[in-house]
Amino acid sequence: MAGLELLSDQGYRVDGRRAGELRKIQARMGVFAQADGSAYIEQGNTKALAVVYGPHEGMGQGWTQGSQLKGARGRHMQDRERKTGGFVLEIRGSRARALPDRALVNCQYSSATFSTGERKRRPHGDRKSCEMGLQLRQTFEAAILTQLHPRSQIDIYVQVLQADGGTYAACVNAATLAVLDAGIPMRDFVCACSAGFVDGTALADLSHVEEAAGGPQLALALLPASGQIALLEMDARLHEDHLERVLEAAAQAARDVHTLLDRVVRQHVREASILLGD
Amino acid sequence: MASVTLSEAEKVYIVHGVQEDLRVDGRGCEDYRCVEVETDVVSNTSGSARVKLGHTDILVGVKAEMGTPKLEKPNEGYLEFFVDCSASATPEFEGRGGDDLGTEIANTLYRIFNNKSSVDLKTLCISPREHCWVLYVDVLLLECGGNLFDAISIAVKAALFNTRVRVLEDEEGSKDIELSDDPYDCIRLSVENVPCIVTLCKIGYRHVVDATLQEEACSLASLLVSVTSKGVVTCMRKVGKGSLDPESIFEMMETGKRVGKVLHASLQSVVHKEESLGPKRQKVGFLG
Repeated sequence: MAGLELLSDQGYRVDGRRAGELRKIQARMGVFAQADGSAYIEQGNTKALAVVYGPHEGMGQGWTQGSQLKGARGRHMQDRERKTGGFVLEIRGSRARALPDRALVNCQYSSATFSTGERKRRPHGDRKSCEMGLQLRQTFEAAILTQLHPRSQIDIYVQVLQADGGTYAACVNAATLAVLDAGIPMRDFVCACSAGFVDGTALADLSHVEEAAGGPQLALALLPASGQIALLEMDARLHEDHLERVLEAAAQAARDVHTLLDRVVRQHVREASILLGD
Repeated sequence: MASVTLSEAEKVYIVHGVQEDLRVDGRGCEDYRCVEVETDVVSNTSGSARVKLGHTDILVGVKAEMGTPKLEKPNEGYLEFFVDCSASATPEFEGRGGDDLGTEIANTLYRIFNNKSSVDLKTLCISPREHCWVLYVDVLLLECGGNLFDAISIAVKAALFNTRVRVLEDEEGSKDIELSDDPYDCIRLSVENVPCIVTLCKIGYRHVVDATLQEEACSLASLLVSVTSKGVVTCMRKVGKGSLDPESIFEMMETGKRVGKVLHASLQSVVHKEESLGPKRQKVGFLG
């Protein structure tokens, strides 16, 4: 966009923030009653929902439980038939996908068709969504204590309702809260934030306008207590001299997100224990 | 949604209760659960609405885009429906698992809007035969707790009420189309005649409105009736694997009309009240 200054001379960004300032974050856990765990987060204008089912028995894709569901058919149903003593025992579901020593983490990233400025035709199944799903899976396999639940599967479904930059970070933050809401043991919170680099300054928590400008973007998912990085991804060219500064900006932003998420979890537990009458 | 398995005793309990006009949660046969409706939830759409009916959670976003009018109706815009059954409702909707249900719901929506009076499509025309507004109505099913069709139709009506389409000015003779100078100059759709679906499930010898998942598991057949606020029926469809008696179909249709009028009246009052609070109202969305 010609003439749009991402960082003004006084150090203000397009939406009035300072270079290292995060957007306003509001979050809530326990949004849906029927799922095992669910959470909703708003980071500025980016809104993401995460829902967790599990740990449950490992299933292949499209496996139906013989349910009352109208019209749902598993396209890739994998049946294994075993003949035992004259009658056929049909085993549904792909046991092959379940791992013998740890839980399988399965993630799906979906963004609503109305979430972006231009209407998207397919909510999920395109390359970007599949890639995001794999990245989320990699992130959470590093954090969830999967050894405690062998031969089972944990499903994390993330839905982006409104995308205004930093969708990966919002999804990771929402999914962390949802996994905590489901009571699945984790090594630590997973907090994520994006960062960019403009005019010699590292910017934290990019909005859509800043991402679309084409500069370098870094997405970082951090385990705050130990400072370990669960996922690091960078687009576009960045001189290696600047990498450390951008990385530090993203890490600091992720630690700030951690403070906020910690507060949200404690508030949620306090409310739940009040309801229980403690 | 699929995790409802009822024992025979539970089914008998529900059926006997319904015979006495007393359902498991204490409602009568013609009572709806508490419905929460909120509009303007997603800001980069032309209109949006969220409906929470018991455990059923629906989010609808309407986006207006420019397109060419259809050949047989050159003076009108049109609506396109798309239903996304999100995996957050049940893991079985992961990948393409929710496509079948989504297509079924979208086809039903096309049918109920497929008449001249539901929406005045002429207001969506920009220049005849060349440009028109296409309203893409996208339904996102987030959680399923029974009675999907009703909740979706309520959400679609509320979202269409909330839709604001920018007014375009085209110069006489030239092909240029410009946005009008005033950013608040919008076309609003009249949703007076937009129908709502009322699903009536036959349980035993009686029928119930707004069935939960457990009640749907006990019912063999249901009737979907699409009713406008004046009580006009625009579409009717029988679903389910059982069969219905012709007399019970007439009874269910009468109940559907009666219940539908009340539903429309309450929905109108709620959305008008919300709009009267103005742009400064507290938007709750999923945080409340």
